[in-house]
Amino acid sequence: MSQAPQEHDRLKGQEESSQQGQEQQRRLRNSVGRMLLDHYFRLACIGIACISVVVLVFLIGSIITQGVPSLSWTLLSGTPEPEPSEAGAWPAIAGTIWVCTICALITLPIGIGTAVLIEEFKPRSRWANRIFSVIQLNISNLAGVPSVVYGILGLTAFVSMFGLVGSLKRGESSFEIGAIYYDQFTNLASDPFMSMGVEDAKERYFLAPVISPSDPPTVAKSGMEMFEYQGDQKIPVKIEVLDPFGELPSDPDALSLAIAADTVPGRISEKSWYYFSLPFGRGVLAGSLTLMLVILPVIIISSQEALRSVPSSLRDGARGLGATPWQVVWNITLPAAAPGILTGSILAMSRAIGETAPILIIAGIVYIRNAPQHLMDSYTVLPLQIYNWTSRPQEEFHAIAAAGIVVLLIILLSFNAIAVILRQRMQNKVR
Amino acid sequence: MNTSTLETTTKRIMNQVAPQPIAEDDSTDVSEATQFAIEANNLNAWYGEFQALHEISLEIPKNQVTAFIGPSGCGKSTLLRWFNRMNDTIFSAHATGNLRLGEIDLLDKSTDVVDLRRRVGIVFQKANPFPKSIFENVAFGPRLHMQLDKSELSDLVEWSLRKAAVWEEVKDRLNAPALGLSGGQQQRLCIARAIATGPEVLLMDEPCSALDPASTLAIEDLMDELRDQYTIVIVTHNMQQASRCSDKTAFFFEGRVVEFGTTEKIFTKPSSQKTEDYVRGRFG
Ligand SMILES: Nc1ncnc2c1ncn2[C@@H]1O[C@H](COP(=O)(O)OP(=O)(O)OP(=O)(O)O)[C@@H](O)[C@H]1O
Ligand SMILES: [Mg+2]
Repeated sequence: MSQAPQEHDRLKGQEESSQQGQEQQRRLRNSVGRMLLDHYFRLACIGIACISVVVLVFLIGSIITQGVPSLSWTLLSGTPEPEPSEAGAWPAIAGTIWVCTICALITLPIGIGTAVLIEEFKPRSRWANRIFSVIQLNISNLAGVPSVVYGILGLTAFVSMFGLVGSLKRGESSFEIGAIYYDQFTNLASDPFMSMGVEDAKERYFLAPVISPSDPPTVAKSGMEMFEYQGDQKIPVKIEVLDPFGELPSDPDALSLAIAADTVPGRISEKSWYYFSLPFGRGVLAGSLTLMLVILPVIIISSQEALRSVPSSLRDGARGLGATPWQVVWNITLPAAAPGILTGSILAMSRAIGETAPILIIAGIVYIRNAPQHLMDSYTVLPLQIYNWTSRPQEEFHAIAAAGIVVLLIILLSFNAIAVILRQRMQNKVR
Repeated sequence: MNTSTLETTTKRIMNQVAPQPIAEDDSTDVSEATQFAIEANNLNAWYGEFQALHEISLEIPKNQVTAFIGPSGCGKSTLLRWFNRMNDTIFSAHATGNLRLGEIDLLDKSTDVVDLRRRVGIVFQKANPFPKSIFENVAFGPRLHMQLDKSELSDLVEWSLRKAAVWEEVKDRLNAPALGLSGGQQQRLCIARAIATGPEVLLMDEPCSALDPASTLAIEDLMDELRDQYTIVIVTHNMQQASRCSDKTAFFFEGRVVEFGTTEKIFTKPSSQKTEDYVRGRFG
């Protein structure tokens, strides 16, 4: 403190001698130079920031101008019809929501749990330590693997499960729950050739329950009880089996309840929402698990980062009060790290929503008319649907694809917004 | 609430967790089995190859304030952290010799550290309130160790905050974040948090080193207030503080206890030249 005035006096004295005056000048110039440099550096930073903003604005602008005009209720709720004006993306939107929700439900606990294990429960022994560092190294490397590779891995590991648990063909899976199989017969009267004499021949289907999907086709017999759908309900009906080349009854009612003796039934199945089978097949679950592989390293690393940033004094405080290691993690470390973990999870989930390559491998380009009904159901996702549309020759489809991108962006942004709000809430609570 | 009712409720609550009635009630049946809260005998402690403590032998008297003084790096914190096994997470830390808290062997690996830490509270150099509300901070310990209903818990929190002399400042904002308090208030909150679990011993590692003189005084008054209920061990670099508020003082140097005696003796006629130099401020 006391040095400053002295320095001042000294400088004043120096002003007399021209040589020292020059020196002071030089110093002054230098500081001007430094300030200029500072100024230019700031300008450069602003410039670079502007470039990215301009690119972003241009991108969003072009998508919005192209996409918003084709945005319509049909697009949101319709099925992907081949006619552009009728085409919608509802199955793909529902597929995206299904896959990403399940992916989040599976990935977050595993990812955060792994991060907690690595960061908070460091092992004592040298060997365990070595194993941990190998795991750590692997996680860091996995974060950089292209997602296509995970798609191929998912194909063998989840879709076919290495062929270890039966095959994907019907009746050859090793485990199945929530499915009922039927053999479906068509009535004789609806056969245009047989029922020429019958007016208003109504098409009717009769369902014979099958115990196991690998059973041979049901052989119909006269007097057999089968089911018929009326609305949503199955009601039992007694069927007759007739020789189509023999004498046919003249009564149209009898004919409509009869099936031809040589009819080969088609096997159908009715699956409930909890339908589950091994191997998973090209269903929602396999897709979610594959996306899990893609984003798990990202979630683990960002959660680790968040946990590491929690000051150890907080842990000491809790331990000093007699909290067990688990209580420390659950009550102190995790809540304190939650905002950071959430941020990382948002980024990872955004990536999962936009991911196309692995899903393309797992689900393939398929024509899906319905939102998924159960975990094993086939599905498509929005990015795939967009890709599908852009690869069509018609201009109209390109416009719909742009609208699809807008929808995808909206889903992404609302997802992020929820997480940001959550994080803000959490931070407000503690600050 | 009336302070004396608060006192009785709290005592009832505390007796729930304490194996015997807590310190204050002990005075009626003076068994004189131990007047020492913590006894160290020929204790050596290492961090890996580095020996931080050499042949420490001292007894921390019950219901008194014991001060640890000594130059930086001489092992005061190390010893303090052995008193409630905070060193457990430092894998390289190990010790030999004898260290007892009453009937508990502190060096025994099988000792229940959870209960030990309830009985031996610790306050750190830097206030470390949890990023939760003021109430939640104080309620944290009791929630771990006791089954309390809502009103009991809030009584206990109020009692602890009163004991730690912050009640008046925070009573209107118990649900506000603890990180919004001033440094001194935070430190007193940490003391309240430590005494809420009903400890017998309170360890304080330089609790005032980051505080202004007024907050320091508040905490010193607090120690004076707490001394007849708790055994207090305080590490300090402030000679005035040690002489003002402690009954006994231990002077540490390079991992050894050079001198341990009544504070008066250490500060007026120390028997060792080193101690004298240190307390006169000639080194360290
Ligand atoms: N975790 C650790 N690992 C290895 N060495 C340690 C560790 N903690 C402390 N030490 C060493 O043990 C010695 C005693 O440290 P300690 O923290 O007990 O000193 P102190 O007396 O509390 O010092 P201060 O007054 O600066 O707090 C020091 O030499 C220190 O370098
Ligand atoms: Mg220390």
